[in-house]
Amino acid sequence: MPAEATARPSLPKAPTGIAGFDDITLGGLPAGRPTLVCGSAGSGKTMFASTFLVNGATLYDEPGVFMSFEERAEDLVANVASLGYDLDKLVADGRIAIDHVQVDRSEIEENGEYDLEGLFLRLGWAVDSVGAKRVVLDTIETLFSSLDNEAVLRSELRRLFGWIKERGLTCVITGERGEGQFTRQGLEEYVSDCVVLLDNRVHEQITTRRLRVVKYRGSAHGTNEYPFLIDSQGISVLPVTGAALTHEVSSETVSSGVPGLDAMLGAGGFYRGSSILLTGTAGTGKTTFSSCFVDAACARGERCLFFVFEESPAQIIRNARSVGLDLARHVESGLLRFEAARPSLYGLEMHLARMHRDLDLFQPQAVVIDPISAFNGPEMEVQSVLLRMVDLLKARGITALLTSLLHQNYVSSQQDLGMSSLMDSWVRLFNEEANGEMNRTLYVIKSRGMSHSNQVREYVMSGSGIGMIEPYIGPEGVLTGSARVIQASREQAARVRRRQEAERRQRDLARRREATERQMAELRAALEAEEEEIALLHSEDAEREAALERDRDAMYRHRNAAE
Amino acid sequence: MKNEAGPVPAPSPPPGIAAGYRLRLFVAGSSARSLRTVQELRQLCQQALGAAVDLEVVDIYQQPELAERDGVVAAPTLLRISPAPVRRLVGDLSDEQRVLRMITLAIGEDEDVG
Repeated sequence: MPAEATARPSLPKAPTGIAGFDDITLGGLPAGRPTLVCGSAGSGKTMFASTFLVNGATLYDEPGVFMSFEERAEDLVANVASLGYDLDKLVADGRIAIDHVQVDRSEIEENGEYDLEGLFLRLGWAVDSVGAKRVVLDTIETLFSSLDNEAVLRSELRRLFGWIKERGLTCVITGERGEGQFTRQGLEEYVSDCVVLLDNRVHEQITTRRLRVVKYRGSAHGTNEYPFLIDSQGISVLPVTGAALTHEVSSETVSSGVPGLDAMLGAGGFYRGSSILLTGTAGTGKTTFSSCFVDAACARGERCLFFVFEESPAQIIRNARSVGLDLARHVESGLLRFEAARPSLYGLEMHLARMHRDLDLFQPQAVVIDPISAFNGPEMEVQSVLLRMVDLLKARGITALLTSLLHQNYVSSQQDLGMSSLMDSWVRLFNEEANGEMNRTLYVIKSRGMSHSNQVREYVMSGSGIGMIEPYIGPEGVLTGSARVIQASREQAARVRRRQEAERRQRDLARRREATERQMAELRAALEAEEEEIALLHSEDAEREAALERDRDAMYRHRNAAE
Repeated sequence: MKNEAGPVPAPSPPPGIAAGYRLRLFVAGSSARSLRTVQELRQLCQQALGAAVDLEVVDIYQQPELAERDGVVAAPTLLRISPAPVRRLVGDLSDEQRVLRMITLAIGEDEDVG
């Protein structure tokens, strides 16, 4: 809730130093007032309280008093040591005082009126001895089971909390969860400033810790139930509902690690900081695509976090080697980190919490979650967790590749865990059976903010990586595998036949042209011969005419001479 | 921890019951109730147990460390240090019979109390 967090707190607050909790409460617990932390057995009340105290002493220069009504000091020291705190040293340094108040019913008898002045005194004494600003009372309700006079106890508790306020001590009071109310003895009646509820719920044999700020007088606070973690890193609470869609967007693209796939995307890759969903049936190479993506990111010098839920990191590295990727070198150089866990190890919320923490610790630029379909649970819950997971990644500007397994005969509405609308890009992998063989194809269902190919492409995985194959697109549709090869050779044959036919026709034509020309030459020759003949006859006629003329002349001269 | 030491018993409890009661009474300041409790207890011990009672009165305001050492929560608190086991009685001791019974109660007799 970044927007709210910047709001000026109206109330002085004492930070707990618990990651996330101070965000939810916009600064911490109400300073100088008591806070009730209640929950059932094993919900982490004592851990919460001691973290509050230790952080106060170590981070905020506020020494504290731990008044334990249940655990002995030694047990307490041992218990918080599991969170990495050295309580003994803090006690020795005079930063924390521990007082174990043992009220053993078996050796106590009541007779007449009394008050709890002894308790006040001891608390006051301990507070003064370390100059405490913080106090933990864990679990003060124990007094109710040790002492019978409830009227006295109640009035004394009221006095105690009044005294704490008067002294300006920030106080955490723990209480066991009761029937129909927050605590068995109704402590919430006295502590009205802030009530925090811890819960440890088991659903289908998986436990999830949750925290809720029930009330916080005089301050805004996150009202949801937030999952929280207790492990060797301490307590972390996850304010993971902050889905204010305000994250930065980038128009820079990053390669998917598969050149052929990049080519199908108009921008030449995925946008940085976008979320990509990769769905496919078994054996379509989802993890191999993920490995390519990771390898490309590491090659760019980006930090990558690979969450695996079905395989071990060693297995992924080995398998990636078979397509020519060396992921081991990225692990060695510190750019790539695997986080492997069985989905059933924790509840969904815990997984989310763990991822949240890992993201904060490793600060990756690219994340792979393989696969999200490993998360089982009620659909609503899975969806809400995934939604927050995606938000988490987007808010940090992390490019995320999420894979999801589709069953061969899936129902189309369940294919994406309701994720499709959250995703910026969605690539679907197929394994299609045709003519007795399986062929792998993919297509880009969507990719926000860029044009992308609408074609189904075939791809093969080989020692040199994932390669896209030029698709056969023809009147018979898109063909893959052998069918594509057969179709190609069939076309080749047809082409050859067509060429031969054309050549034959060409030859025919040439031959016919030759014959025609020959005939034409013959006719022309005959014509010429006739022409010559006619010319000859013509000249003979002329000669004959001339001879006749000459004869006639001769005759005439002869006749004249004779006269 | 200081309070782990528990109530300090007398070095060697006297064998006879009449001989060795060691009691410690914690009161808070010199309020009317404190004074009345101290006075009544003194009177009671005198009458019922005679001189065999060693009663120590502690004002927790004056000696808070003693209150912490003996794990005192409520005031007034009466501690029977010896004979063992240590027993404690919380309240202003208004029921004299129960006070007496608690002081004189030995091990294994505590079923009827309370």
